[in-house]
Order: sequence, then structure tokens, then C-alpha cells
Amino acid sequence: MRNIDSAGHLRGESLYLDDLPELEGTLHAAVFGSPVAHGRVRRLEIGPALETPGVVAVLTAAEIPGENQIGGILPDEPLLAEDEVHYDGQPMAIVVAVDEAVARRATRAIRAEIDELPAITDPREARRRGLLIQPPRTFSCGDVDAAWEDCAYVVEGVAESGGQEHLYLETQGAYAHRTEKGGLRIWSSTQGPTVVQRCVARVLGLPMKEIEVDVTRLGGGFGGKEDQASAWATMAALASLRTARPVKLVPHRLDDLRMTGTRHPYSSDFRIGLDEDLKIVAYEVTFHQNAGAAADLSPAVLERTLFHATNAYFVPNVRATAYSCRTNLAPNTAFRGFGGPQGMFVMEAAIAAVAERAGVEAAEIQRRNLVRVGDTFPYGQAVDEPTAEATWDRCAERYDLAGLRRRVAEHNARDPVRKLGLAVMPIAFGIAFTKTHMNQASVLVHVYGDGSVGVSTAAVEMGQGINTKLVQIAARVLSIDPSRVKIETTNTTRVANTSPTAASASADLNGHALVRACSAIRGRLLSLAANELGLEAGSVDLREERVVVGATATRLGRESLDWESLVRAAFFRRVDLSEHAFYATPGIHFDAETEKGSPFGYLVYGTAIVLASVDRLRGTYEIEAVHVVHDVGESLNPTVDGGQVEGGIVQGIGWMTMEEVIYDEAGRLRSGALSTYKIPDVYAAPKRLEYELFETESGNGAVYRSKAVGEPPLMYGIGAFFAIRDAIRAASPEARPSLVAPLTPERVLLALYPQGERATEAAFAEGEESPAEVR
Amino acid sequence: MGSEIRFILNDDEVVARKPAGRTVLDFVRRDRRLVGTKVGCREGDCGACTVLVGRRAEEGRVRYRSMTSCLMPLGNAHGAHVVTVEGLNVDGLSPDGLNPVQRAMAEEGATQCGFCTVGFVVSLAGFCLAAEEITAEEAVAAIDGNICRCTGYKSIERAAARVSAALAPADVEERVGWLASNGWIPASFVSIPGRLAELGASVPYEGTASGTGRRGSVGGGTDLWVQRPEEMEGAPVDLLLDDPRLRGIREEGGRIVLGASTTVQEMRESPLLLRLFPRLKRHLKLVSSTPIRNMATLGGNLVNASPIGDLTIFLLALEAELLLADGETRRRLPLADLYRGYKELDLATDERVVSISFAAPGGGTRFNFEKVSKRTHLDIASVNSALRLEVEDGVIREGTLAAGGVAPVPFRLPATSAGLAGRPAAAETARWAAASALEEIAPISDVRGSAEYKRLLLRQLVYAHFVELFPETVPVEALL
Repeated sequence: MRNIDSAGHLRGESLYLDDLPELEGTLHAAVFGSPVAHGRVRRLEIGPALETPGVVAVLTAAEIPGENQIGGILPDEPLLAEDEVHYDGQPMAIVVAVDEAVARRATRAIRAEIDELPAITDPREARRRGLLIQPPRTFSCGDVDAAWEDCAYVVEGVAESGGQEHLYLETQGAYAHRTEKGGLRIWSSTQGPTVVQRCVARVLGLPMKEIEVDVTRLGGGFGGKEDQASAWATMAALASLRTARPVKLVPHRLDDLRMTGTRHPYSSDFRIGLDEDLKIVAYEVTFHQNAGAAADLSPAVLERTLFHATNAYFVPNVRATAYSCRTNLAPNTAFRGFGGPQGMFVMEAAIAAVAERAGVEAAEIQRRNLVRVGDTFPYGQAVDEPTAEATWDRCAERYDLAGLRRRVAEHNARDPVRKLGLAVMPIAFGIAFTKTHMNQASVLVHVYGDGSVGVSTAAVEMGQGINTKLVQIAARVLSIDPSRVKIETTNTTRVANTSPTAASASADLNGHALVRACSAIRGRLLSLAANELGLEAGSVDLREERVVVGATATRLGRESLDWESLVRAAFFRRVDLSEHAFYATPGIHFDAETEKGSPFGYLVYGTAIVLASVDRLRGTYEIEAVHVVHDVGESLNPTVDGGQVEGGIVQGIGWMTMEEVIYDEAGRLRSGALSTYKIPDVYAAPKRLEYELFETESGNGAVYRSKAVGEPPLMYGIGAFFAIRDAIRAASPEARPSLVAPLTPERVLLALYPQGERATEAAFAEGEESPAEVR
Repeated sequence: MGSEIRFILNDDEVVARKPAGRTVLDFVRRDRRLVGTKVGCREGDCGACTVLVGRRAEEGRVRYRSMTSCLMPLGNAHGAHVVTVEGLNVDGLSPDGLNPVQRAMAEEGATQCGFCTVGFVVSLAGFCLAAEEITAEEAVAAIDGNICRCTGYKSIERAAARVSAALAPADVEERVGWLASNGWIPASFVSIPGRLAELGASVPYEGTASGTGRRGSVGGGTDLWVQRPEEMEGAPVDLLLDDPRLRGIREEGGRIVLGASTTVQEMRESPLLLRLFPRLKRHLKLVSSTPIRNMATLGGNLVNASPIGDLTIFLLALEAELLLADGETRRRLPLADLYRGYKELDLATDERVVSISFAAPGGGTRFNFEKVSKRTHLDIASVNSALRLEVEDGVIREGTLAAGGVAPVPFRLPATSAGLAGRPAAAETARWAAASALEEIAPISDVRGSAEYKRLLLRQLVYAHFVELFPETVPVEALL
């Protein structure tokens, strides 16, 4: 089935936040951010901004009626900075004006007098100074200290991965207006309507019932609007409250880039030990997570790094320690994979390093150590399916890994300039919010008198195709045509206490709840039908919009008993045509004291082969091909799931290659525009991308056994780093490329020519003929 | 001269009394509430705001080009047909309400969040209306200015291939008619050439009357509206893009003369230039994206004085000369002398670039352009470089090396250029030239690369010039 939102998107008729019709009297807001990354505020001069024609209000922390606090996990982040600023761009004041341009211009009239303090941008430096978000956490199993003795190969090293800007094409944004009795209605571009509702209520000092949050759709989220939509919505709400006018706050792209966080950069130390048979015996890793200036979701992200520290491998002796380090950057936040990719990258780096030491292909080590049924991960969850090995073997067979490797070698022997490299990237990604309590969802289904159906859930459509899957589920349970079903906006007054649309879990959580709600309605309708037909309950069924007995369509009087007549009958017989239902993922648990448990409903596995080429002359590269076998259980919608696979891979490749978040020493973002921060374009996508949606019998926790698909494919992109690295090593045996991502053309060229251009001058000085002699 | 901006927006004639510097994006979204066109970045780097701009061309036809409306001053819409996604929707012609471009995207699953989607639809429509070659490759080239964060592009590529295949029967001579009668575009497109002729836009738009201060000159606007968008909205400007005196590419007395308002895309399509520079299409594909190339002018690129401007480097190696005029007097100035320091020009307040010229390449001319950036397309170079050599019997008679990103100005390397004469077209010369170039440059570390990298990269690009230009006499192995 096609994505049900496609037609609206293609005709330009889908409505995003900034497209909503404007209410009369709407004002526009812009945010003044701290001009320095760290300091004590002496004075904030807002007078000149307030006097700018067209400006209606300039709001500071003093205007906040409730608590000046938006931190969700830890209360360490004010909405508007007061005495101290902790990152460049940290919101200090909100300018509200008649239009956006006036508001933005007026922010430049604000002056902040700040005594600057040293800015820390390096997480290791933060750790040295004891600047931690929380005490370090350690996941361990076996006896890692004793295990090194049993190892034939031990390698240690440093691996680093950079930040990644979400670059949702639609920036953050919110639009708020007052309702009766001092309440507010807020349209927000958020993945977490309840997160916004809770945050606004806290800052404005109102009960949650007075705050209605509504979300139509997002022009991309990727985690960036899970927690960080709240600040914008709360600022819009505050401005609306104070001006008594509707206020829209849609930040300019440059402000969005500067004021919101990215994927967490990590700097990590690893030590890995293998025995003679290339079995991984021991793995020790210390992660330094660059959390930025506030906790945001960093502790949860850090936890998932630990969960995925050994990726898809069984390692009997592990010690993984993680520090969440407080620095003077905009708070870093959720991003597709949520810390998992960072953990996996270090593991793959360690395997690459030890493979070089042992003189074997990394793939030899990878394949030999994949998890099998009965193995446990360091945090205690047992592996209950053979899918890690199955997807690897299927991928190797279907895409002829041995043949590819041979062709790479043949090509490299032939071509002096363009070198090919290959890497295999297996993944294992756990599905559930790692905070067990978040694994809940509720839905509200209305069947209207004409047989059309409205579905409200906690899920937010942000491109992942959740609306399409929910339509399919409702249509399937009710045995009706999908065109009868409408997915409503996500609204806190219809569905309360929502978990954010995140963790790849929304189709499962909301889908299961939807199955329950639709099943209940179906049950009531069938009871009614049996009753009307004078048949036993349970003897009638609904199929393709018809009430049937066995395979025979039924009639009620002269009318065939179809969906519409059944619904009509239900209405007149006063049968409830609405249903609220709730779902909580069963069987998951985790004990943070012992750091053991079984936090995931299931895991998603898969394997990718990545081929890259490097131009040895210029240091540029291309991703030639990505071949994937990806575990889907049984896909509810192969088009939607395939889209997640393709899109995730390219986003992961971007993170590993060209996407470079750069801060200067003062903590200012240097890559703060689309002209300086580059994400893949059509030519940067792999030239070939083939995937198989691999069907398995597992994934019983998934809705209709259609496994979650949002995040896992991103991690195949890690393979691009190692494929390029492989090509660099093919180009130059002396090259010792570091394990630092992103692998930009700069890093590639410097790895290819570790002497830099100094060799040129030396050659010139030593004996090249001078120009005069040539003449 | 008129003070009204007259144009056709989709099917509606518009007479706008708005500042010429308001962007077309703000005009269509705010003043006309056509919200299908999206605000993504306001710097021409994402393509979510792409529109088509049709202008009257030869034989009464209208020639459509894609442009990023966030950087397009409304004044530049004068006399044109501006098409947003709403103007491409066909109603009543298909059961699903989609035109074939839209349907191809839907069937290939090429939409996810949808925010970028409209830009892709418009760019592909531009391909349908204007492509000279109907191939899947050209269809993909049409979307080189559109960024998508969700799909990973492969589904969009498949849709582009479908569009190209379905378009194959389109009669090239009567493309608009064919598209309209086959439900690809609304039928109203057919009458646009006539309506544009009757629009009354033959009265040139005089620029904005509002605002005070010195009148600025605006070509395509692709840099000014990135650097100073809010200031530009109300700024008094002279719009030069359509000035016929500043347009055209011609040969005059052994020199190639390009009008200052020539766009990069016009250069890329010029039969004259393509004959003289066989690799030009490939070289200029490295310059920005299709919609920006459709807007950006040569004069703007030179005067912008970016130390890394691609065309500047290109023309420096050709020893180009500027014709400057201030309304009364004219003077000629070697391009290399225009740049005095970082963004400092030898250009008087009232002076404007009229044209740029360079000696027509002869049989012995060898020319190459190299550029490396973080992303190969639609990115600013870490280092770019052009090399022109006049070669006779395997010996360099004279030549010029230019490089960007290695000095405060777009840099013609004088010592290396002078020293090339008399050297053989051989690997040893490549090594000498690279070493000499490294003596002349002083790159700084910035977001586009460290100084160390830029030095190494220029060396490699000099090598690449020689490998590209002399495949027979410069074996690449000698330079690895």
C-alpha cells in the first residue's frame, strides 16, 4: 500500500506548522541567544529592542510565572538564562513583534553584558574537571581483568565519532494561543506532545489540563524534536500568555542550528582481546559522551550506548564504562539510534584495529563472534533467535561477498588511482524504550455513523509512515477498506500521557493498542450482527466489509449486511462505536542497580556489505554500493520499511563521512549553516543500494510480527567508514588512518599522505632542477 | 520605467507593488498564501522552496528554469511566469489527482516527511519542461539542488528514471503542448507565451522606489540574499539580470566576451564555450546546483570576491579582463588586479562590471579545473584550482595557475605561472609547479579545512591538472 500521505505531500497540500492559517492578530517571536558559550550575566539590556517599531514585547526570565526549568531527566536547564550562560546561543530573551523579520532584527538590538568564563568543548577535559551530568555507569560481565591473559591478540586504541545535526528540513516551531480560563492551545512540531505539555505547564505554572498540544505532522524529526521541541513551544506559550495574542515561533534555520543540540560526539578508549581462533575474549571500553551544557536526554542516550557496546557480538568478558560529560555546547540530544551507533562504532573500530594486528580480514572476526541463541549480552538479555548469523550468511550469499572481495582485489591490482574498499557491518538493535515505564501507549477510535473511522493515537507522523501503518492495522482488524480510516492529529486532549514517537517503537506500541481498540469495536459489532441475524455469537464474521457466516454473505431483511449497514444498525441499537485502548509492552525489565535485565521486547538484526572507492590523487571518495539483508520479521508495509532502510543508511553514511559539526575553542558553532554543514545530496548517496527485507519467525512482540525499522538501518552506515578506510589502506600500505569519524576528504587525504606536503618541498630542495636550468 | 512588478504566478496575473527585494518565497507564502513552497534554509542550499521561472525566449517560446525562491528578489520575476507546486497540480485529469511526476514519486515511495517533496516535484517538472536530453541521468541532474533528509534518494532516483522513460515520446519541438495535452501540466501553460507578451511587462521594471542610501546592484541575488537577507528586502537596488546590454556570450576579434549578467547555466549551455572547453559541462557541474546556476551571474561571482569563487578561479587562469563602466567612462582591468585584499576590490562606488573577456583558446591550449569540497556537489571548495597551458611540441609556451582557498583573494599564482614557460609537459613539471605553488600560498585553517590540508590538497590538484591534461606523457604513477 502506498503511503497515505504521499498525495498531499506531492501536491503541496500537506500542512506543516508554518503552513497553518494564521489567527487574527498573530504575532511572531524570535529568540535572543547568549553571545558567548560560558559566563556570568551582569546585565541584559532589552530597552532598544523594545523600542523598535513593531515590537510588542521582550520577555526575559523575569516574566516566567512558573518554574524557569525545562530539564526532563535532570532539572538543570532554564528556559531562559538568568545569572549564567552555559552555551553560545542559549536563549536569554524572546522578542515578540508584528512579523518575523522585525522580531529577528530586534534581537540584534539586545545587549548582554557577560563576564566570560572559559568554555569547555572537549568531553575528556570536562571529565578531568569532574564536570559530569551523572556518576559514571558501568555494564560488565565475566572477568575482564583476568581474561587478557587468555588472549593471543590484544589491541587498544582511541575511537571518536562526531556530532550530527538532525537537519530536519522543517525547523523547530510552535504556534500558541490562549483559550478560555487562562489555558493555551499549542500547535507544535514535536515528537513528544506530552513532553511539550508537561514542560509548558511547569514553566507557566498551570495544570496540564489547561495545556492542549496538537501535532499534525513533522517535516522530519530524527530525535531532534523528542525533547528539544519543548523549549520553542514553551517560549511561544509564554509569549502568548504575556501578550494575550496568538504567537508563532518558527526559528530561522541559522538559529535552529545554533540553539539546538546534535547527536552526541563521543571520544572513547577501547581494549580488545582475541584468542588464537579469533574469538573475542575480552572487551573494555570507556565512553566519554559530550553531553553539552545540560542533561537533556543524555543519560538515556548514554545507557543505550552501553546496551549496544558489543553490537551484534557475543563477548564473555566485558567492562563498558560511560561518562556523560558536561561541556559548553548546546545540549546534545536524541538522534536516530540514540547512542547505539556511537557504541557500535567503537566496537567496530576495535575489531578493525585488532584485525590489522592479527593480519586477518575484519569480517573473519565479525562473522565468528556473532551472537547465537542462548548467548547473553553483557546486560543480561538472552539471545532468542538465530538472526544475526542468518542475515550475515544470507547477505554474504545473496550479494556474493567472496566474489566482491575478489573483484575488489583485482580492481586494486589494476587501477593505480581509484582504490576500492569493502566492509561488512552487522547490527543488533534492541527495541523498546530502555526506560521501561515509557513502553506504553493508548489510542482512541471513533466509528462514525457513515462507517468512516477516526483514529487518534500517541504517534506522531514525521515521515516514517506511521499513519500508513496505523491505517493498515485499523482496516485489517475492522475488515474495511483503508480509505475509510483517517488518522487524526496527535492531540493531548484525545490521547493523554503519550510517550514520544521515538525508539523505533511507535508502530509497536500504538499499533498494539489500536489492535485492541478495533478488536473491541469489531467484537461489539459482531455480537450485534449475530443478535440481529438470530445466530449464535461467534458464528458470524466480518470479511471485506461484509458480515459472513462461513463464506456466505448475510442479509438483514432485504439489505445485505455490510459494514455501513452494520454501523448504522449499531448506532440505532445504541451500541458504543468508540473505544479507548491501552497497551504496555509485556515482559520487559531492567534493574539499574545491578545493570542487568531484559529491557528489550526483541532485537532487530541485519548485515550490510559496503563498497567504497577512494581517489588516491584527490582524497575524495564515493560509496559504490551497499547491499543489505535486513530483518523485518514480517513487514506490514514493504514500501514504508524499505524507505526506512534506504533513508537510514544514507543518514548513517552522512554521519560517518561528510557531516562534520565543528566548534571553535570558544564554543561557537562554525558549521552553523547549510553552506558549511553538508548532508548527503543525491550524488552522495550510494551508487547502488540493494536490500532484502529478511523474513523471520521471530519478533513476537512486534505488531503483526512486523519488526520495528526506524532506527536500526542507520547503523549500516558505519560500514561506509570502514569501507573507505579499507580503500585507504589498499591505496597506501603505509597509511595508518585513525579511527576518527567523520572520515572527511580532509582526513582521507591526510591519511593517504601522512607526511603532508612537506615531502614536496623536500624533493624540490634536494634535487629537482630549478626553473633556470630547465630554460 | 515602471514601479510595478508584473508577472504571471501560476495561472494568475500579478501586479505587485512590493519591494523589489522581497523574496519570491515570502511573496508566494505570505502575500499569496501559496504554502506548498517551503522555507527550509533561506540560503539556497536545500531546494525546498524551488519554483520554476519561465521567461520569453526565442521564437515566442517560454524557457523554464528552476530557481530557489528564497534567494530570488521579486523584482526579478518581472515579466516572467513563476510556477509553484500549486501551479503544477492537474485537477480532474487523473483519478488520484496526481500528474505523472507526482505519481512516479508516489509509486516509488519517494516521499517520507514530505517537506522537501514539493521542491523535488518542481525540479522534476523543470526537467520535463526544459531538458534538452531526456535521460534518467539528466532527470537526476535536475534535482541536484534538492536535499532530502528522509529517503536516502534512491526512491527519488527511481521516480526520476520513470519520469524520464515516460517522457521519451514527448515531442521536443512542442514540449509544452505535449505535456499539457497529456496531463503533465495544467492546460493553461499553453497560453502563457501569449499572455506574457501582453502582460505589459515590456516596460522595464525600474527597481524599487523605496528605501534610502546607495543603490546596490543585483544580478541573481544568490549571495546577497544569503549574506544580508533582511537588509535586502527594503534596499534600493538596480536589477541587472535582464539587462540586455549585460547579456550574451560572443566571440569578438579573437576574444571571448561574456556579459556580466550571463548565468552559470547559460555558460554551461553555450555552444561556443562548449566547443572551446570540451569539459566545461563537467567542470561547471561542480559549481553549486542547477537552481543556483540558473540564477547566479558571472559578474556577481566575480564582484562577490570570495577567495574561493569557482568561476573566478576559472577565469583567472584564462587571464580574463574586465570591462568596467560607471555610466560615463569605461576602463579595462585584468581580473587578477580586481582583488586587492580580502573582499576588497579595485572598483569605484559607481562602477559596474559590463563584461568579461579572455583570449579564445587556440589549438595548443590546455585547460583544466579541479575542485575538492566536503560534498562533491553543491558545496564550497576546500581548494579549487584552474590551470591553463599553451603547449607546443610537448613544451609549455606559457601558462597560468590559479587557486582558491589558499589566499585572502582568489589567487593567480604569479611566480608559478611565470615559471611554467619552457618546461616540458611532464611529471617533473607537475612536481615543480606544485612545489612552487606551495611557496606562494598562505591558506588559513577554517571550516573548509586546515591549512595543512589545503596545502596538501593544492599539491594534489596541481598533480591532477597534469594527469588530466597529459594522460600520455604524465603517468599518474609518477605522482603518487
